[in-house]
Amino acid sequence: MCAGMVIVGAGQAGFQTAFSLREGGFRGPVTLIGNEKRLPYQRPPLSKAFLHGLADEASLHFRPQTLFEKLEIDFLPDAEVTAIDRASCAMVCGAGQTIPYEHAVIATGSRPRRLLVEGAGLGHVVYLRTIEDAIGLKEKVARANDIVVIGAGFIGLEFASVARKLGRNVHVVEAGSRMMARAVTPPAAAFVQRRHESWGVEFSFETTIEAIKSRDHVVTGVRLGDGRVLKADLVVVGIGAVANCELAAEAGLATDCGILVDDHLLTSDPRISAIGDCAVHPNVFARAPIRLESVQNAADQGRAVAARLLGEALPYRAVPWFWSDQGDVKLQIAGITTGHDHCVVRGSVEDGRFAVFCFANGRFLGVESINRPSDNMMARRVLALPQPPTLHDFEAFDFSLKAILDCPRDATPSDFLVSA
Amino acid sequence: MTKIVFIRPDSEAVEVTAKVGDSIMHAALANQVPGILAECGGSMACATCHIYVDEEWLSKLNPPSSMENEMLDATASERRDNSRLCCQIEVSDRLDGIRVRIPESQI
Repeated sequence: MCAGMVIVGAGQAGFQTAFSLREGGFRGPVTLIGNEKRLPYQRPPLSKAFLHGLADEASLHFRPQTLFEKLEIDFLPDAEVTAIDRASCAMVCGAGQTIPYEHAVIATGSRPRRLLVEGAGLGHVVYLRTIEDAIGLKEKVARANDIVVIGAGFIGLEFASVARKLGRNVHVVEAGSRMMARAVTPPAAAFVQRRHESWGVEFSFETTIEAIKSRDHVVTGVRLGDGRVLKADLVVVGIGAVANCELAAEAGLATDCGILVDDHLLTSDPRISAIGDCAVHPNVFARAPIRLESVQNAADQGRAVAARLLGEALPYRAVPWFWSDQGDVKLQIAGITTGHDHCVVRGSVEDGRFAVFCFANGRFLGVESINRPSDNMMARRVLALPQPPTLHDFEAFDFSLKAILDCPRDATPSDFLVSA
Repeated sequence: MTKIVFIRPDSEAVEVTAKVGDSIMHAALANQVPGILAECGGSMACATCHIYVDEEWLSKLNPPSSMENEMLDATASERRDNSRLCCQIEVSDRLDGIRVRIPESQI
């Protein structure tokens, strides 16, 4: 068998790599190995439209089976790679089968961080990552009355908004002092919290979980660190994710809470790349090595690695962006706003349409926007400028992204103002 | 099944069939129509499924929502009067034969 490109992991990143290789004209063998039974599918709708019954399973598939066949992408579902034989450049699968590679791409993703308290192993304590999880959760929500969500991050909050809309009692318990503390500024988080509260979602912050209570193995409640017991017949856990990097670590590749890659997405073995949720890459926008869990990162890194394998070797520097739909709130983030020391709100918080511009030491980090999608799009373009504007420039342009983008490239804002 | 004709920037026409109820975006992806990226999968978060709808078909479409309207202000290729995001257009019998043009660039 002629060795070609072998991609381990058939999520967003792996799927994108395979298709980008073919779109870019690669004619050798492309093998895409997935550990789920289904065709590669989109995950974001799982906590939104799919849970709500607005999207069926087939609509989540990235591409139909026929297209994989037509493009000769050898998709191996329900397959587990158990080891990487780096000496002979081959993936070892569960059944003892080996798949040789000319180059391998590890796109094994991440998995939900597990809750480690008494009762956490009960059947109605669930996580949301895969379509199987979502199908099971949908059935459980249909029969539930009182749902406790553990963790006020994107997934937990998206789920909470859907479950509340379906008429369930929803209580979100969060260890931190506010929601989405890792990803979102206080003004945006406060607005989203008020929206959730207006729908009837309840919150307990700075609250830990002591145990999941049950009777005859059926969940009855959640005992909190402050002594309260919340009634519950379903517990949904969204407390972050951990990288699936064991395969790489066992093969001797450098890892540190993720597979370490350089700015060309190569691991410590030049014949193996790693991309998506499982990879820690040097990110120019974060100015640090970072592991990003997002559609954008997975898709852009898949495209970047395919381009590199086709001979177009450019360092990875795609602008990060994120979104979360919660009820009627469209929250979007352009850039990495973590670590900001200054933020400026523009728009109307009362009307639920505003943007938060984030800076650190005067350097522009990015924009969070609520129901202002064009701000997100324009902020992404501003971040991609060779010399992004500073806080000073933003002030000169009164925080108009459009004005900044319309400004001639080689002019500084002060030139612009003088000439205007 | 409904016929959709995508016209690429180089004027080449790509004809596909789509299921009623699917989005035009979905039909484009399922048929590997180049130039429709649809990165967010139809969540109206990316504006990379921008199309120009042939004038004669425009009146058969529901107008864009306020959110789509705003997204269209930030497309990579210029916005025109007939610009739409094809993730927001549902395939129906009355769109049989619709012609849409793909812009030069989506990102």
